[in-house]
Amino acid sequence: MATFKDFRNNIKPNWCPGCGDFSVQAAIQKACAANGLEPDELAVITGIGCSGRLSGYIKSYGFHATHGRSLPVAQGVKMANDELTVIAAGGDGDGFAIGMGHTVHALKRNIDITYIVMDNQVYGLTKGQTSPSSGKGFVTKTTPDGSKEDPIQPIRTAMASGATFVAQSVSSDIKQLTAIIQQAMDHKGFSFVNVFSPCVTYNKVNTYDWFKENLVAVEDLDDYDYTDAENAMQHVMANNGLLKGIIYHDAESKSYQENIEGYLDQPLVKRDMALEDETFDELMAAFR
Amino acid sequence: MKEQLSWKVGGQQGEGIESTGEIFSTTLNRMGYHLYSYRHFSSRIKGGHTNNNVRISTKEVRAVSDHTNILVAFDQQTIDLNSHELVQGGIVLADSKFDPKKEEGLDIQLIPIPFTATAKELGSQLMKNMVAVGASARLMNLELQPFKDMIYTMFIRKGEQIVESNNQAILAGYNLMDEQMPNIDGDFELEPTDGESQLFLIGNDAISFGALNAGVRFMAAYPITPASEIMEYMIDNLPKLGGTVIQTEDEISAVTMAIGSNYAGARSFTSSAGPGLSLMMESIGLSGMTETPLVIVDTMRGGPSTGLPTKQEQSDLMQMIYGTHGDIPKIVLAPSDVEDAFYTTMEAFNLAEYYQVPVILLSDLQMSLGKQSSRPFDQSRVEINRGKTITEEIDNDEDYFERYSDEEDGISPRPIPGVKGGIHHVTGVEHSTVGTPNEGAENRMTQMDKRMRKLKDFAMDEPFKVHGGVESDLLIISILSVNGVVNEAAERIDADITTISLKQIHPFPAKRLKPYLDGAKDILVIEHNYSGQLHSILKMNYYGHDRMNSHVKYDGTPFKPDEIEAHINSILKIKEVM
Repeated sequence: MATFKDFRNNIKPNWCPGCGDFSVQAAIQKACAANGLEPDELAVITGIGCSGRLSGYIKSYGFHATHGRSLPVAQGVKMANDELTVIAAGGDGDGFAIGMGHTVHALKRNIDITYIVMDNQVYGLTKGQTSPSSGKGFVTKTTPDGSKEDPIQPIRTAMASGATFVAQSVSSDIKQLTAIIQQAMDHKGFSFVNVFSPCVTYNKVNTYDWFKENLVAVEDLDDYDYTDAENAMQHVMANNGLLKGIIYHDAESKSYQENIEGYLDQPLVKRDMALEDETFDELMAAFR
Repeated sequence: MKEQLSWKVGGQQGEGIESTGEIFSTTLNRMGYHLYSYRHFSSRIKGGHTNNNVRISTKEVRAVSDHTNILVAFDQQTIDLNSHELVQGGIVLADSKFDPKKEEGLDIQLIPIPFTATAKELGSQLMKNMVAVGASARLMNLELQPFKDMIYTMFIRKGEQIVESNNQAILAGYNLMDEQMPNIDGDFELEPTDGESQLFLIGNDAISFGALNAGVRFMAAYPITPASEIMEYMIDNLPKLGGTVIQTEDEISAVTMAIGSNYAGARSFTSSAGPGLSLMMESIGLSGMTETPLVIVDTMRGGPSTGLPTKQEQSDLMQMIYGTHGDIPKIVLAPSDVEDAFYTTMEAFNLAEYYQVPVILLSDLQMSLGKQSSRPFDQSRVEINRGKTITEEIDNDEDYFERYSDEEDGISPRPIPGVKGGIHHVTGVEHSTVGTPNEGAENRMTQMDKRMRKLKDFAMDEPFKVHGGVESDLLIISILSVNGVVNEAAERIDADITTISLKQIHPFPAKRLKPYLDGAKDILVIEHNYSGQLHSILKMNYYGHDRMNSHVKYDGTPFKPDEIEAHINSILKIKEVM
């Protein structure tokens, strides 16, 4: 059986020393090993940005797509071969700006893949511009007087879009993050994991210390019930989205593929490509 | 008796004009006539003039007719808008409900018939269409039984009663027309046929069926005119084969989902029209750069922007060839007719997978939506060829598989995800042989050269369809639905004319075309766009510019044979004078 080392390759990431993405990468590798996966059974599909480089740093099948498009590529992969475990990953710009349309629709569609957002609340690779999840007043090159917009609320957006699995963590808590990713991959449907992954170079506000001070663990909330959407949403709003843990889990709803009769009998890639003679004749007869 | 007639039905959109044309023409196709139809419609659900023009012939037809012989009108607007197209002495069968009037001075015969009133008497005014079909059948002296058979197959699931009342409606229309026959001048009777039934389908159906036969089991698409019928056909038929269609949030999602699915080893595609293709441009580059097979169908309509969404045009050529930033190998194909669309679609999927490139399959609104007769399809003429796709375990000691190895033909082996020993990385960034980002100068040269080498000498078995010889007085080049019109016009003229329907638009088959271009005294390119895009492409690939002529039409309506005939004659005449 594969260990987390089998998901490593010898490529040195081009992330800055101290970047939160290192721990996210390690958590994914550990979760995959803990879930009994082999590297060739995993496909990691990423977008563009610092975090998008992740697919190249995990030993598995990997596809580094265009900016904001990791989700449609990942959904296409899963629809073609349901036997693969598919992880889509990217940053907050990738998922909540240019790719937001895909994010909302992937949440609604509920195809059985896991989406991990490495949310650092800033554009890093383009060297420090504001992001959709930057806080109001956040100063960057493109917001020299401070951001005038309220930030996107990823958790609230996910729940409002009909998510069936929503979790949030911070890259410094690798133990919790690994456990969350394991559960996310086990979930039959679309699982959304928002990970605060601090940018040590361009975000001097939302630092590791800042998250330590500001994030509230859902376990510490007395009446928190992650199976109850209304309860979860109230807590999310009361805490301005700054929760960590499994936020919401609907284990009952069927995945997109489960809702198509017979789709999961055999992955598409293993089905016969040629039409039976009889099928061909029937299809042609419809044009007479 | 006539060898061919042109019949047109018109009225307000949403009142069953489409189904009237459908019932009438499908029955005639079953009787063995050859048909070519064209729909005029607008970008709205209900209201607005719509018509369905059906050309009926005892021989193969590939164009709309010059004139209409019979016009069936459900409102005055239909008469006002379409009477000028009628032949001298042509007939208007009009619903007497709206007190029809003809334009002063036009030499046509207006025959009012109570379509609606008769249908109401028989139980439902919805059947006014059937009354009109019955009247048309009498005018053309057609047997009623094939229409009754058609009604039976269409309505039996709704019950015997419905079948019976529709039969009565047809018979009533037939009899009403019969009473009028003594008042009719001229001959509107159709010659009998050999009775051999053809297929009768729109180009979008042929493309969809071709995709199924090529092994496609997944599609991602976003609705758009005139491409939606492709996704609708796939939605109707893929579930039986274990596949499915996802209607995505936009065209970018559609194309990238198709890329994901192709990457994972399932043949997949998307279809759209100009606006959708514009949104897909970046992703076409992703397919080219990552060498992921991809087929996109572009059913061209009037551009730019929203343009003429329900009208005929061929103005996407330049964008399809040159669109996406940077250099990628790409194939652009254009079937010569509906029958060819079936086979060319199958080839498109083979080429995409064999060369690991994006393939754009062009159609135009007239081919995509015009229903026409076609010879039956041969299931095995084009065999599935997956090229260097690897689906079985690979004996490989290395950590990574050399997915982008520098091969002589430029085509590297492609293991699909899940294959043991095949792990590699894929990225839109310039990359090494195992797919990891690599921006080194030498590596860049190697990989770019490798990708571009794949299509260096590419030519399909049949890059174009030719009628006529290598030597000609005039060589006419066109694509898609224009070719049928050109052929008909050329046959009317007593000169040495060769016509070519270009199928392989890109890479341009310059070598293969050269003998025909060299052998022509004159060259004429005919196309549906303002700037003469095909003409420009030809000029870029051939030196004989002084012999090249361009004829364009961009008013949204299809070419008619007599327009092209007149143009050919004018060119031949000028040359005579010179």
